[in-house]
Amino acid sequence: MARSVTPRRKMVVTVLAWAVGLLIFFPILWTILTSFKTEADAIASPPLFLGFDWTLENYAEVQERSDYFRHFWNSVVISVGSTLLGLLIAIPSAWAMAFVPGRRTKDVLMWMLSTKMLPPVGVLIPIYLIFRDAGLLDTRTGLVIVLTLINLPIIIWMLFTYFKEIPGEILEAARMDGATLWAEILHVLTPMAVPGIASTLLLNIILSWNEAFWTLNLTAAKAAPLTAFIASYSSPEGLFYAKLSAASTMAIAPILIMGWFSQKQLVRGLTFGAVK
Amino acid sequence: MGSIVLKQVTKRFGDVEVIPPLDLSIVEGEFVVFVGPSGCGKSTLLRLIAGLEDVTSGTVEINGQDATTARPAARGLAMVFQTYALYPHMSVRKNIAFPLKMAGLDQAEIDRKVNGAAQVLNLTDYLDRRPGQLSGGQRQRVAIGRAIVREPMAFLFDEPLSNLDAALRVNMRLEISELHQKLATTMIYVTHDQVEAMTMADKIVVLRDGYIEQVGSPLELYNSPANLFVAGFIGSPKMNFIEGAEASKHGAHTIGVRPEHLVITQDAGMWQGTVGVAEHLGSDTFLHVAVDGVGTLTVRAPGELALRHGDAITVTVPGDKIYRFDRDGSAVR
Repeated sequence: MARSVTPRRKMVVTVLAWAVGLLIFFPILWTILTSFKTEADAIASPPLFLGFDWTLENYAEVQERSDYFRHFWNSVVISVGSTLLGLLIAIPSAWAMAFVPGRRTKDVLMWMLSTKMLPPVGVLIPIYLIFRDAGLLDTRTGLVIVLTLINLPIIIWMLFTYFKEIPGEILEAARMDGATLWAEILHVLTPMAVPGIASTLLLNIILSWNEAFWTLNLTAAKAAPLTAFIASYSSPEGLFYAKLSAASTMAIAPILIMGWFSQKQLVRGLTFGAVK
Repeated sequence: MGSIVLKQVTKRFGDVEVIPPLDLSIVEGEFVVFVGPSGCGKSTLLRLIAGLEDVTSGTVEINGQDATTARPAARGLAMVFQTYALYPHMSVRKNIAFPLKMAGLDQAEIDRKVNGAAQVLNLTDYLDRRPGQLSGGQRQRVAIGRAIVREPMAFLFDEPLSNLDAALRVNMRLEISELHQKLATTMIYVTHDQVEAMTMADKIVVLRDGYIEQVGSPLELYNSPANLFVAGFIGSPKMNFIEGAEASKHGAHTIGVRPEHLVITQDAGMWQGTVGVAEHLGSDTFLHVAVDGVGTLTVRAPGELALRHGDAITVTVPGDKIYRFDRDGSAVR
């Protein structure tokens, strides 16, 4: 099926793709630009695009006013911790669902996904109370647990689609060769699924890094990650767009850089199964 | 060492009975081929023996010991899969070493055995490659290597050659036969290809819908098929079946005549007909001859034969080469 791509068609598609790309990226770009403006320039009307006095003042002030690195470290611990814990639970679950499915496996998968359709605020109060009673409020452990649970359905689904692509005969060969269940998962399945596991890991770190509902509601000071760091600039004494933008830029920079370097892996992971 | 006995084994998948109660015994050192059309249960039967599927009822005995519920690895059997099932992320060396590593052998012992197997299978130069860098035949040899290092009591082959091209298939067929001569280990081989069955087997088990139709040596099956199914399945080209008046003359519901037993005669003969399609293979010619009241007969004739479409010929079969079957399809002896 050879579809001829005329140069004109190619040009139109390219222009369109760039337009969509820029449209999606614009808010982030605007945030970054605003972070270098003075507060006055930030709210200027009509808005200033590039012709303003570039300044690093906002960054200096944000750095002075709050402890960026403590929040950064909390974000790292929470996102990496919840992702690793999630993988630890999800790999055996996805193995079971992909290779020894039962009559209800499909239903279980759907049920797990359905939990993602629940508005989180609906369970905020019970979870808050549980956390309060268990002494998990404002702890990193608490956030790791809650984020693991929130993202587990996605982790399992992604791994499940990956594992489905691995021929069952290879695992049976391992069983014939004397591998125990753990040896089979450790020496055969996991190494074969490394690309899938890697993109699941990356996506989950990003999701956890950006998660703002639970991280804001269940933390106060000690365990607050970067999302809380941003939020702290949006309230008390009115809006300061430039400082808020500087804080946002600092918060998203690490994950943006990580995403940039791993985009090939991510795209491959997300389209896996759909494109062979 | 290496005897396998199935007693009243059945297998159901949900409501579907794939293997009805079945008995089979395989003697040590035998090369047994399970043959039958796709969906006949031959692979399932092999997997039951391997332990990759659990039997629904009945017992599997290996070496006189009940292995019905034993783990696959504990049965001392090695399996070669149709898709080779090599570990793609490991080198050839690691692939072959994997079962030994799982068995907890020390490294020196593993190296010695892997090198030995590689030598037998001409894989020494490829030990550091990944399966993805090998040809189909080489991959199959790695799969066999992974099986032989374990020194199993029996080898199980699940259609191992069906992913290879025709020329390679003939080579590998010989290699596996030679391997059997050399090791004298029990081998169970599943195939849908009757040529593989005939050329390799000591004993052929013909299966249909989970039932064993006949068990015997290749020539037993060829010379005295138990029923129409076996008669039609063994032999190439397929046996000609004739029903009706012509069959009644021989006191049977159906008679069967193999293409290679039909002799072309000049004038007098049993059946007169006209040549339809003539397939020239070089060594042989397969003639499709339309005979009135009998149907189309396939005749195997010498290669250099100057017969063409529309030519009239007469064919005859010696009386002792006529197979007779009753109404149920069972052979009349």
